[in-house]
Amino acid sequence: MVRLPITKTPKVYVGGAFIRSESARVFPLRDAAGEFFANIPQCTRKDLRNAVEAAAKAGPGWAKRTAYNRGQILYRLAEMIEARAGEMADAIALGGATPAAAAREVAAAVDRLIYYAGWTDKYEQVLGNVNPVAAPFFNFTVTEPMGIIGVITPDEAPLLALISLVAPAITSGNTVVALASTRQPYPAILLGEMLATSDLPGGVVNLLTGFRAEMIPTFATHTHLRAISAVVNAAERKALALGAAESIKRTIMLKAEEKRDWFATTAQSVDAIRDTLEYKTTWHPVGA
Amino acid sequence: MPTASVVKKSSRASQRFANRVGRRAPELIFGDLWAFDPAPESADPKLKPRYNLFINGKFVAPKGGKYFDSINPANERKLTEIALAGPADVDAAYAAARRAADGVWGKMPGRERAKYLYRIARLLQDRAREFAVAETLDGGKPIKESRDFDVPMAAAHFFYHAGWADKLEYVAPGRRVAPLGVVGQVIPWNFPLLMCAWKLAPALAMGNTVVLKPAETTSITALKLAEIFQDAGLPPGVVNFVTGAGDVGAAVLNNATPAKIAFTGSTEVGKIIMRSLAGSDKKMTMELGGKAANIIFDDAPLDQAVEGIVNGIFFNQGHVCCAGSRLLVQEGIAEKVLAKLKTRICSLRVGDPLDKNTDIGAINSREQLTKIRALVAAGVKEGCAMFQPQCVLPPKGFYFRPTVFSGVSMSSRVAREEIFGPVLSILTFRTVDEAIEKANNTSYGLSAGVWTDKGSRILKMSTELKAGVVWANTYNKFDPASPFGGYKESGFGREGGRQGLLDYCKLI
Repeated sequence: MVRLPITKTPKVYVGGAFIRSESARVFPLRDAAGEFFANIPQCTRKDLRNAVEAAAKAGPGWAKRTAYNRGQILYRLAEMIEARAGEMADAIALGGATPAAAAREVAAAVDRLIYYAGWTDKYEQVLGNVNPVAAPFFNFTVTEPMGIIGVITPDEAPLLALISLVAPAITSGNTVVALASTRQPYPAILLGEMLATSDLPGGVVNLLTGFRAEMIPTFATHTHLRAISAVVNAAERKALALGAAESIKRTIMLKAEEKRDWFATTAQSVDAIRDTLEYKTTWHPVGA
Repeated sequence: MPTASVVKKSSRASQRFANRVGRRAPELIFGDLWAFDPAPESADPKLKPRYNLFINGKFVAPKGGKYFDSINPANERKLTEIALAGPADVDAAYAAARRAADGVWGKMPGRERAKYLYRIARLLQDRAREFAVAETLDGGKPIKESRDFDVPMAAAHFFYHAGWADKLEYVAPGRRVAPLGVVGQVIPWNFPLLMCAWKLAPALAMGNTVVLKPAETTSITALKLAEIFQDAGLPPGVVNFVTGAGDVGAAVLNNATPAKIAFTGSTEVGKIIMRSLAGSDKKMTMELGGKAANIIFDDAPLDQAVEGIVNGIFFNQGHVCCAGSRLLVQEGIAEKVLAKLKTRICSLRVGDPLDKNTDIGAINSREQLTKIRALVAAGVKEGCAMFQPQCVLPPKGFYFRPTVFSGVSMSSRVAREEIFGPVLSILTFRTVDEAIEKANNTSYGLSAGVWTDKGSRILKMSTELKAGVVWANTYNKFDPASPFGGYKESGFGREGGRQGLLDYCKLI
């Protein structure tokens, strides 16, 4: 007799736990051939608010970790993904990518994490500085993470784009609530499992699945999100910008209608880290 | 009368209470009343009976076939034997380094070089306790230091520099950087593994290959690190270790292949090396001796300062180039500081380096012990007041009691010469300007310490002190992200941070 395999129930990773949507809604995910694969949680604005709460709880602790510790944890996450690269590649291939392309995307995502792991204890040495003011003061500028960052990912490169947007934000000690690709949500579900087995504290990265149209208005208006890093179309940009105006939220918006090479080294930079930082300048007198 | 007696009673009670408030808590000095049970660290250091040279990714016997003994300075027993490299071995090491630089390492994308360095950091973390025990056996430092400082800091250096390998465009803004090629490095015996990491990590991150000579008394952890390089799959020839004494060091430094020489050691030897390299066009970095001033102002938190003084001079038996060996105390608090310091020193535990309770371990070698004894004798002869606790020293091995000289003048040898042992010289000052004058009155300029509650004074002192590192209300703090190196005769170049990488590249 043929053994019937156990299928997995996809759950989203929020606050270090695996949950279904509070709405109990799901949408079916089909593979490239159109066969049913699994039901994916269709998260709501309430789920988003819960995720922001989880991110808020995790934030101070994560930001207080030493830069070295954050670097090691990001590296550990890369170790966890590399070790399950085959499984992740299969998840990407569900969306129609060839096995080779899927494997390439996983490798690039791992390398991207390693790249940002290396930045944790270096970006301050590049972005901060001492200012030679014309008075007997020691004046220096350092950076601080903004807080909770909302991330909205594009449909293409479902793992690599997600990592490319999330990693620079958490490198400096921000926490993230991210909306995964609607068309290809399964790599984000799997990433949640890898996050759970990395040493990243629960709540630092929260991954939601669902429909953009339902979620973007809440991303736009939630005042506890200090910045939005998103790949969005013209209408979405307008909605996010309007919402951002209400609480002077920072927006880093890439145009969804432009083609973007997520694999290129230009898709990673210290500027992406800077996008979710505040500068703080301190004056201190010098004298005996 | 009953009322009167009540009043009397209560007034007696309040008097007792008043006494208690005014009285200082009794000092608890148990001396030798109770012996501590030994608490030896028992992890296996996994030493081989014999260590060969590490050339081109393999352990190879020296062409001359000679070996020398490596002993445990804590008990003078032989630990293992180490290959004695000859000129032909050094040539072979450089040939391997040249091939690796031209063939693999120099061309490899930084992103991939980074992965090797990350692997090395992780594998070293895995074997941290084993390395700590080996380091303590070989060099004599207390296990709590090798376990909590040397080994984790060495791993941190590899991890930090790994992250730079693919970000080199940020090292010199506006310029592009390229590796120098092959680098020759000679390191000292005070932090054998850590110095290896300080030297190798930035050189490798930048894309150079290396021939390194560890100190002859402490070669073991470098050769154990070579095992990790093999496990990490580091391409052959990227790092080569040649072992032996000064003549091997001279062969490493004077070879024609390296584009750059990095040396950590005494100022005396540094000068010899600079003379021998004059006219060779080799780049150099020199991390040499020190005679750091640790300056205590009268508004300093004294108990914290005393801990800082003790850490500053007795860390690693005082075998530290940046040791706070000159204590400058503001006159008004000098007596109080000396009294507190004496009490604190009496509770330091000197003895078996492998014991987890040991504060001061073994002096690295008989030769170094002789040097320390000679300089301390000179201090006594010059009329400085010497204080040593009467702790019991183990019968075998090289040990020296923590020693404090007070009433030291600026001209005294113990105030001018680097002792490189657990010996502190105390001088006093009255004003900020006098503290600066005295602190800078030395040919060295590696580090300094400042203890005061006043932030503006810390920054004023930091501005005026001619030293590469200034610690404020702390001492002997190190981090891969923090550049380290000296002014004046303490050398040039920096190790660690963004600045440290600049010493291993050329700008194009």
